[in-house]
Amino acid sequence: MHSFGYRANALLTFAVTILAFICAIASFSDNFSNQTPSAQIQILNINWFQKQPHGNDEVSLTLNITADLQSLFTWNTKQVFAFVAAEYETSKNSLNQVSLWDAIIPEKEEANFWIQISNKYRFIDQGHNLRGKDFNLTLHWHVMPKTGKMFADKIVMSGYRLPNAYR
Amino acid sequence: MGWIGETVDSIKSIKIRQLLTQAITLGMIVTSALIIWKALMCVTGTESPVVVVLSGSMEPGFKRGDILFLHMTKEPIRAGEIVVFNVDGRDIPIVHRAIKVHERENTGHVDVLTKGDNNDVDDIGLYADGQFWLHRHHIMGRAVGFLPYVGWVTIIMSEKPIIKYILIGALGLLVITSKD
Repeated sequence: MHSFGYRANALLTFAVTILAFICAIASFSDNFSNQTPSAQIQILNINWFQKQPHGNDEVSLTLNITADLQSLFTWNTKQVFAFVAAEYETSKNSLNQVSLWDAIIPEKEEANFWIQISNKYRFIDQGHNLRGKDFNLTLHWHVMPKTGKMFADKIVMSGYRLPNAYR
Repeated sequence: MGWIGETVDSIKSIKIRQLLTQAITLGMIVTSALIIWKALMCVTGTESPVVVVLSGSMEPGFKRGDILFLHMTKEPIRAGEIVVFNVDGRDIPIVHRAIKVHERENTGHVDVLTKGDNNDVDDIGLYADGQFWLHRHHIMGRAVGFLPYVGWVTIIMSEKPIIKYILIGALGLLVITSKD
């Protein structure tokens, strides 16, 4: 009962149990953080808007994205993954979500940002439904913790519209 | 002749009851582990409730050796969710993020395109030839929770099977030689 083997076993079991408990508490504490993120997206320019050879519409935009995601960071946060998606409806599809831009924010200081870029990922429709299309731009974020449960949420900004003709 | 007599005596001296008790206790431990695993499968709705991250394509969020807890519901996949999927014909699950989602009006069928956070290009190159979208049946689950470093045990055991055999051998020896 007092051999090295038994003592090592007991110590190891206790250490692992305590570690698991601490991870669970750390994750649970994330539920209590007060989160007030804000964001604004402006479409500065429609660079071009064409129909591809396969028949799918494609559009290239320049976006101006301003966001303050600092309140999402807790002591248990490893990084925040933020992305902007265009969401719209067509006659064939009840929901289309196309990610236009994403970024990894590793620290709280970098979470208050302003960026002007053209879309990182191609905005391609399944079909040619984009002319005159109303769409929402949604800023999604995914909080990736140091341990435990991941949280995700979004801000929906509506009122954007694509031009009625190709250019 | 004396030697045979000695062997027979030593075999008789192994207490059958104790041996059977040990065997049954071992069986109980193994089956209760199996019960917990199957119950987890039921609760989370996926065939593998826990996966180990094998590649660095989601760094710095998920590093090689982290484990992910999965959950699967009937809700359709939405952009931004981290999904674990199997490509037809390959048995290694891949953990990436959905960046494009197209959901059909009537059937609710969903086309999903994924990409690893740390990769420069989307996953079309990983899908089967001629496949441009992932569908519901490819996806095993969504990642909802995460623990760092714990998966290294599994990676080491599968890359160097010797260690697996050594561990199981040592455990077996411990069970047999313990005096309880």
